[in-house]
Amino acid sequence: MTLKKLMTTAIATAIVSAGAVAAEEVKIGIAAEPYPPFASLNAAGEWEGWEIEVIDAVCAAAELDCVITPVAWDGIIPSLTGQQVDAIMASMSITEERQQTIDFSDPYYNTPAVIVADKSMDIEPTPESLAGKIVGIQASTIHQAYANEYFGDAAEIRVYQTQDEANQDLVSGRIDATQADSIAMADFVNSDIGACCEIKGAVKNDEAILGKGVGAGVRKGDDALREKLNKGIAKILEDGTHEEITGRYFDTSIYAE
Amino acid sequence: MISIRALMQPHRIVMMAVLLAVVIWCAVALRWDWIPEYAPLALEGLWRTIWILVVTCVLGFLLAIPLGLAQAIGPWYLSAPAGVFCTVIRGTPLLLQIWLLYYGLGSLFPQIPWIRGSELWPYLRQAWPYAVLALTLSYAGYEGEVMRGAFSSVNKGQLEAANAFGMPRFTMFRRIWLPQAIRNVLPTLGGETILQLKATPLVATITVVELYAVSSRVRSDTFIVYEPLILLAVFYMIIAGIIALMFRRFENRVPG
Amino acid sequence: MEFFFETLGLTESAKLLSLSPPGWGGNLLRGLANSLQIAFGAFGFGLLIGLFGAYGKLYGGVVLRDLLAVYTTVIRAVPELVLILILYYVGTDLINKISEAMGYGRVEISGVVAGIWVLGVVQGAYATEVLRGAIQAVPPGQIEAARAYGMPPFMLMRRVTIPAMMSFATPGLANLWLIATKDTALLAIVGFSELTLETRQAAASTRAYFTFFLAAGALYLIVTLCSGAVFARIEKWARRGQPSLKGAGR
Repeated sequence: MTLKKLMTTAIATAIVSAGAVAAEEVKIGIAAEPYPPFASLNAAGEWEGWEIEVIDAVCAAAELDCVITPVAWDGIIPSLTGQQVDAIMASMSITEERQQTIDFSDPYYNTPAVIVADKSMDIEPTPESLAGKIVGIQASTIHQAYANEYFGDAAEIRVYQTQDEANQDLVSGRIDATQADSIAMADFVNSDIGACCEIKGAVKNDEAILGKGVGAGVRKGDDALREKLNKGIAKILEDGTHEEITGRYFDTSIYAE
Repeated sequence: MISIRALMQPHRIVMMAVLLAVVIWCAVALRWDWIPEYAPLALEGLWRTIWILVVTCVLGFLLAIPLGLAQAIGPWYLSAPAGVFCTVIRGTPLLLQIWLLYYGLGSLFPQIPWIRGSELWPYLRQAWPYAVLALTLSYAGYEGEVMRGAFSSVNKGQLEAANAFGMPRFTMFRRIWLPQAIRNVLPTLGGETILQLKATPLVATITVVELYAVSSRVRSDTFIVYEPLILLAVFYMIIAGIIALMFRRFENRVPG
Repeated sequence: MEFFFETLGLTESAKLLSLSPPGWGGNLLRGLANSLQIAFGAFGFGLLIGLFGAYGKLYGGVVLRDLLAVYTTVIRAVPELVLILILYYVGTDLINKISEAMGYGRVEISGVVAGIWVLGVVQGAYATEVLRGAIQAVPPGQIEAARAYGMPPFMLMRRVTIPAMMSFATPGLANLWLIATKDTALLAIVGFSELTLETRQAAASTRAYFTFFLAAGALYLIVTLCSGAVFARIEKWARRGQPSLKGAGR
């Protein structure tokens, strides 16, 4: 966002007290942190990645005027309920826990949860193998809930604001392992910085905690927007846009019914 | 201290009644059922906040004495670095300093393989040493500036008198100069300590589990936003109140 | 120039910090602009609150005085980070609820406005105390004289109290401005792209932590030092005509 645009928004906000909003803008909340290959900020100050392209495609298909709004991940649900954003599309898994607070659209991708650790370490994705180890996880994620439930007794859980910080500490050796989404982690271990580490395998599934795929979060009862997003997601799945975008980032499909 | 009579004015009674009503409303209308589950964690967090506060204030103050002295009377090769240190610490956000120490140093570790085998490694893996270091340096930076003024404002006549009696320089410093400088800064020390308390939540961003981190944990686990924050604010107010009272008592004991 | 960078091994850093992509310098400067914008807004808003607060504390009724005492005490005892979170979520939520209740529908609140509101409320508490002290330091005779001549209250404030208190308030206000610039960094925690968050994102994307954090530190330091010089001039200007305080011995 340019300074001028910011100023205009600020002034417009100050003047337009309410009601006189010209076009129906939908603010899509994303996490304000690098989360490659899904969403990251480039040197030009623009967000890019698989999920950003999907957001654009879904919004185009649903004929919505979307504005990407970065907010802090651990405050992203309060931002939604507090009306700072209208929908969340930030690789957020659909879980029962979250559904008590917000509603979700249909899923637009799935990803299993994996454990990543240093190559030299003999670690398996089981509570027994992680006993006595330090496991880093990102706050407010399904992984935090899962790690607390399954590894909390045996291992030391260290909580980070962003997954990127956990990755950084995994590389520096401050933590022994991290649990995160497999696709983001595959990207990480294939990068220069993540060369130290490898995926040790997927954790045992627990759908109640890990959820059933990633969907767009909307405020409870905001069915109009949910329906529109559902339609948009269905459309890009049908007309091959989803596949086309996926093909440019990944070798295999990341969507399963 | 506020006397009972001062509280008994009619408008204050009304205000207290309103406050009580708000508290009761909060207790009834908001969700507090998460408290029993998180109480042990909160106590742990409280303890960590307090010891970080105490340790960094004490260490920071000890560091501030030479910093202040160097700036007040040191030769240029001591006063200049001390001055630069204070300016840099006071001129940049603490959050940036914490992140520089934690993630900046962390990014160097993979390039220095032997460090993982060293005796220090178990400590370098933890987050609290960085938190303590960053907060200590910050307190020293602010207090060093205050101590500079305090040393300069000690009455020169007394020092000259001590000198005339042939008191050794170090004894003079220990018996006359330092006690008076400390007495000069005492009224500001309570305020500085409360400022330091208010800086402690920043270390939660580098995974130290103190009081603030516990409230974040509640927020992320249960999606309850306001209640943990309100309770957190009350906790900090109580700690700040205790600090203010302690320093006031301490000040009253020191002969004026 | 290039040779200079080469010998110091700074070529990589210079490339990363260059203003156009692939350098991240542009992002940092955008972040700095956001930070300064919020700092200016919050400082101004805080001054406004502070002026009303100071007058309320000095001349207001008992109820107003007590309420202001509660405001300044609470704000000064609770960490800014906690206040920012509370005000950030509660503030926008509340404004939207009120405007919906009044039938206006939703209000768009940009990050800048939210940041100014949050930091302004915090600054207001400190500004109240600074300005109250400064007003009290104005010799009462000057104000009484103006009153005796029948000067209306607003004119009295504009023509006598504010100019006379300026010299007492400037050091405190300079300090507040520095706090405002540094407190904008806390907005990084709520995900607002000011300098510190931009720095963090750039550092995380390039893994050049030291380069970016040191560069951001230098930017903050430049702001601090420049403001220091500006406030020194303001203070000199505010003190014009007053006898020198040097050697007055406190």
